[in-house]
Amino acid sequence: MIAAAVSAALAILCAVAAWRLTFARWTWRAPRTAILLWQSLGLTWGLASIGALLAFALDPYRKGVVQGLAEFMLSVEFGTRQPFDYLRLAALVAGLSLLAVLVALPLAAGIQTLRARRRHRLLLALVARDEPAVPGVRVVDFPGAAAYCLPGLKSQVVITDGTLHLLSSAELEAVLAHESAHVRERHDLVLLPFAALRRALPWSKLVRDAQASVELLVEMAADDRARQRCCPRRLATALLRFGTSAALPTPQGALGAAAPSSVMARVDRLVRPEVALPATHRFLILAASAVLVTSAPLLWLLPG
Amino acid sequence: MKGLGELERSIMDILWAQNTPLTAREVGRLIEDRDLAPTTVMTVLDRLSRKGFLTRTRDGRAWRYQPAASRDAYVAELMLEALDLTGDRNAALTRFARAVSGPEAEILRRALTELEEK
Repeated sequence: MIAAAVSAALAILCAVAAWRLTFARWTWRAPRTAILLWQSLGLTWGLASIGALLAFALDPYRKGVVQGLAEFMLSVEFGTRQPFDYLRLAALVAGLSLLAVLVALPLAAGIQTLRARRRHRLLLALVARDEPAVPGVRVVDFPGAAAYCLPGLKSQVVITDGTLHLLSSAELEAVLAHESAHVRERHDLVLLPFAALRRALPWSKLVRDAQASVELLVEMAADDRARQRCCPRRLATALLRFGTSAALPTPQGALGAAAPSSVMARVDRLVRPEVALPATHRFLILAASAVLVTSAPLLWLLPG
Repeated sequence: MKGLGELERSIMDILWAQNTPLTAREVGRLIEDRDLAPTTVMTVLDRLSRKGFLTRTRDGRAWRYQPAASRDAYVAELMLEALDLTGDRNAALTRFARAVSGPEAEILRRALTELEEK
């Protein structure tokens, strides 16, 4: 029973910590560390939730989740079933379903994303052009402002014609430095599981807020990389120009749905940089993440 | 000789510029690269049809090709995704920033003027 109780407590701890983290502002001073913490909270929450349900269900075997599952399979096979009440059976079904959902959903989301990207890549090949002024960047003739990275084995940075008109050359350089940070650090892979979780639990405000937080942190991490290579002020003015370029023909003002004030938060960071989080703090957070991530699988092995 | 991707692009450009469906031979005549083998043109047209970018109809012993959708339609499709307006079916792009509207845009506009003055 101890393993089940501790796992449940761990799952709750992760949820509470995630909730607190959506409000935290220190994360903006160390976006990469914060992203890592988010990842380990998410992973641990999943493993601990499944572990709690299964540990409770398989408690009669007193062998832990992994061994217990093996025993259970054998007992089903030989029909030598131990007294197994409905509550435990329900927990078993719930635990296995959660496991299936948490594995299948990111997988399905990944496949869907790959397919959409493939289509995007094909279309880009047909309509985008190269621009001598910005080598290595694909340019689409469209009046609105957009700059993005199409991730993949060979990631592509894409901007619109409108972006070329909107920004000065120094600003454009800053934007491209930002985008190439996304390319190099494969930020799309960071976002994928959070997007999948959001699709799995669309009604959960916590999951929605978590995804928004991670998205913002990823942008801030890329801003930090760009800042090392170019003038932060130019990156800030580029952000502001993008933010105010809404005079596009877009359906039903759908752009207004973007997360409020995230642009301003990024601009503030660039113009008035705060001191980075002290190295000792960052180290403590990393250590805590490591403990979290290892604790959940260990609980799966804990008998009784 | 250009790469296959580049060739696909220029053939689409030719077909978009024409209002009528063309045969492989007609496309070959309009292409800049004169010493291109006719079979190459046919291969590329076939590839584009299989990918769904061209539709073809029989005309005697030849096929006539025409774009399945306009260039603008494809640009629109790309941009809907770039601006995150496609909903569920999206390619998870990492975008630089999104445009905002209303009072928030006003705040950004003021911040921009301030930064530019300094």
